[in-house]
Amino acid sequence: MKEPRVTSLWTYANPKKFIETTDKVLPWVATLALICLVTGLIWGFFFTPDDYRQGATVKIIYIHVPSALMAINAWLMMLVASLVWIVRRHHVSALAARAAAPVGLVMTLIALATGAIWGQPMWGTWWAWDPRLTSFLVLTLFYFGYIALWAAIENDDTAADLTSILCLVGSVFAVLSRYAVNFWNQGLHQGASLSLDEKENVADVFYHPLLVSIAGFVLLFIALVLLRTRTEIRARRTRALLARERMN
Amino acid sequence: MPDLGKYADTVLAAYAVSLALILGLVLVSVIRSSRVKKQLEAIDKKVKSDG
Repeated sequence: MKEPRVTSLWTYANPKKFIETTDKVLPWVATLALICLVTGLIWGFFFTPDDYRQGATVKIIYIHVPSALMAINAWLMMLVASLVWIVRRHHVSALAARAAAPVGLVMTLIALATGAIWGQPMWGTWWAWDPRLTSFLVLTLFYFGYIALWAAIENDDTAADLTSILCLVGSVFAVLSRYAVNFWNQGLHQGASLSLDEKENVADVFYHPLLVSIAGFVLLFIALVLLRTRTEIRARRTRALLARERMN
Repeated sequence: MPDLGKYADTVLAAYAVSLALILGLVLVSVIRSSRVKKQLEAIDKKVKSDG
């Protein structure tokens, strides 16, 4: 009987296959990420007008919105990878979740920093205990906790188990960060910049460079997670070989 | 350079902090990747030579 030609997704759970595939994919994703990021940011910074209310601070949107989006989606990607680990025990998925955490943390820090820098002249304060800001801060703490937990446990499988549980719990705050502006109206933070509702969505002149910038951040995230997952796979193999050597 | 008016410091600070964080993350990731790869190659070589 002939083998089916379609490759199962689970094939990539094999570390060797994952490294072989990403050898080919990574340079393309990294190049595309650079092109989109440079184009989006230069377009937004140099070739868009000031907003009638926010003035030139509107240019911060090209960093703040994509980084906030990626901060939340990075956690959701970690959630999916953690669930795959819990259900199917594929090491690559646990290592991919581990690899994504520092990238997600940096995205969260960028979103918090740019939000604070923008908030000072616009709201008159660097920080407010607004529902979205607060849930985002809690998400940041979950990122720190997740990274610290991986570092604190020597056994990789135990670390993967415990961090997966932490990831499940933290997902509540990832979802809250995304939807807080929709169901808590008393906050300072305005509604979503990207919306299907034409009245709420930003004007086209800001929207198009913003989309390019978002594409750049998404591709940068993918490139970094692929690179860091490869590193984690190799680091795990190194630890296994060293442990075997010590036993001999 | 566009005229950023009275918000020049605000906008430039936001971009500077963000680009520094992104560049830092990329640098750390690339350096660690290359270090771990070399480490594994050295151990693999040693294991093979030891039989």
